[in-house]
Amino acid sequence: MRERPAKEFGFDTRAIHAGQRPEPYTGARAVPIFQTTSYVFEDPDSAAAYFNLQEYGNTYSRIMNPTVAVFEERVANLERAAGGVAFASGLAAQAAALFTMLVPGDHIVSSAALYGGSITQLKHLQRKLGLEITFIDPDDLDRWRAALRPNTKLLYGETIGNPGGNVLDLEGVATIAHAHGAALMVDSTFATPYLCRPIEWGADIVTHSATKFIGGHGTSIGGVAVEAGTFNWSNGRFPVVADPSPAYHGLAFHETFGVYGYLMKLRAESLRDLGAAMSPFNAFLFLLGLETLPLRMTRHVENAVAIASWLERQNGVTNVRYPGLASSPYRALARKYLPLGAGSIFSFDLPGGRTAGRRFIEALNLWSHLANVGDAKSLVIHPASTTHRQLSDEELTAAGISAGTIRLSVGLESAPDLIEDLETGLRSVAEMRAEARV
Amino acid sequence: MSEPGVPERWQDPFTILGILTSAKTIAIVGLSPNELRASHFVGFYLRRHGYRIVPVNPREKTILGETSYASLSEIPFPVDVVDVFRAPDAVPEIAREAVRAGAKALWCQYNVISPEGGAIAEQGGLRVVMDRCMKVEHARHLGRMHWLGFNTGRISARR
Repeated sequence: MRERPAKEFGFDTRAIHAGQRPEPYTGARAVPIFQTTSYVFEDPDSAAAYFNLQEYGNTYSRIMNPTVAVFEERVANLERAAGGVAFASGLAAQAAALFTMLVPGDHIVSSAALYGGSITQLKHLQRKLGLEITFIDPDDLDRWRAALRPNTKLLYGETIGNPGGNVLDLEGVATIAHAHGAALMVDSTFATPYLCRPIEWGADIVTHSATKFIGGHGTSIGGVAVEAGTFNWSNGRFPVVADPSPAYHGLAFHETFGVYGYLMKLRAESLRDLGAAMSPFNAFLFLLGLETLPLRMTRHVENAVAIASWLERQNGVTNVRYPGLASSPYRALARKYLPLGAGSIFSFDLPGGRTAGRRFIEALNLWSHLANVGDAKSLVIHPASTTHRQLSDEELTAAGISAGTIRLSVGLESAPDLIEDLETGLRSVAEMRAEARV
Repeated sequence: MSEPGVPERWQDPFTILGILTSAKTIAIVGLSPNELRASHFVGFYLRRHGYRIVPVNPREKTILGETSYASLSEIPFPVDVVDVFRAPDAVPEIAREAVRAGAKALWCQYNVISPEGGAIAEQGGLRVVMDRCMKVEHARHLGRMHWLGFNTGRISARR
């Protein structure tokens, strides 16, 4: 036997190799970019078998592509999932994951401490697709329990909340979900599979915006949803997953494909119908990112710890919300779920609200002012005027931030350079306050 | 992750690969003629990949173009693998028949979990795989499961 199928390889090895074997036809060692829309069938019988889902085959790149498949399997492998499906963006992955399991009238209990774009997406689904959604403070397990209704099908949260840094009690929320016959879906973008694998704690579906740390260099938009394969979709509460599908001659996806039923449906129906496929070139760039994910995350965390600790000691800075700090209310949860570090995205407050936030950002030279996170470059933003602009003051509070909150995404530069730049920003805010007093 | 009652050796990848690469004839007990059933998907797939499929289903004359037999003991030629799509309590008797028929392996599909049946087959000299799908394992180790983003668990730098 050439391969060692039983061996359990380490995370760093899997980040480089999972999902890919050298291309058999040419021997190309890098993952080839299969920039093709479609695939020539061997014969009519094979074509029929592919379309009937009787054989694993390539038909059309809106539904599957060999380059994208390497990325999907690699993320699934790192997350300990049964499989994955990639999408054109993180929000597309999330929308498709929901679309696959829910019908109008279903109820979602969601953390309120979410990325603003996710809150907006859920509200649109509520209004346009007739879903019921309750947003709750994710820190209190009793609130998750209290929000359950007979039609609750899904509990949803972020491993590390954006931008409040709430660490989700994954095991606690998963237990509550499963006792109710509901699934737990987690956006784990800020943690990456290197720092936390929610499936190991009971999550059923994990989504990522690959745009962030997975790509790691701010080049491409993409997303992925992976599923554990262990949730019983045939428990009588998920007719769209369990019942015969009119699109495939009455095929009952979960009964027939078992562990792979939800994933088959996510690809063969949701991705096919919604059409937000990841491009092969973006998949190639995300794969390059994954190869160095462990190295980069280690450095991201080191820099984040250095900067958060420094910020906490500065006058004129309050509420440094980094779960990796000893002072964080999420310290215990971070130790349990994020033993290798709490990522590198966090926020802090400048007294003085909007004006102070603007002055601070204007004074910076090395930190890039933009709406993204998880780049090799250090990034800064004022959420109340950008990513969370659509939210009311009450919703800002529910998301754990204020009008003077600054969010940092700590990159891979030399930490002293980053700190020096932040010092310039803080000095500028202090000067502004002094001028105001004169 | 194995279910209670399923020893690790009944899900061992080396055993699985050994069976998949040496078997030629596979009797499928409980093969359905309904092309939407899991057993039919598995039978179709295995036939497509060059195995000889022998349906065992007393209610049918032919399935997938092959003669269907009422029981394992009625098959007039040797089979290498007995693949089971039946309720777990039917497995011990199927295992005894598989031993008598001289099969080399007993393969029980997802949720067909019978420690008693597995032990009977093992004592009769058969290799045992339990709570695993023959199609999935073929696709994982020898097929194209990786084309659809499934986690095969395979790591290799060989061409």
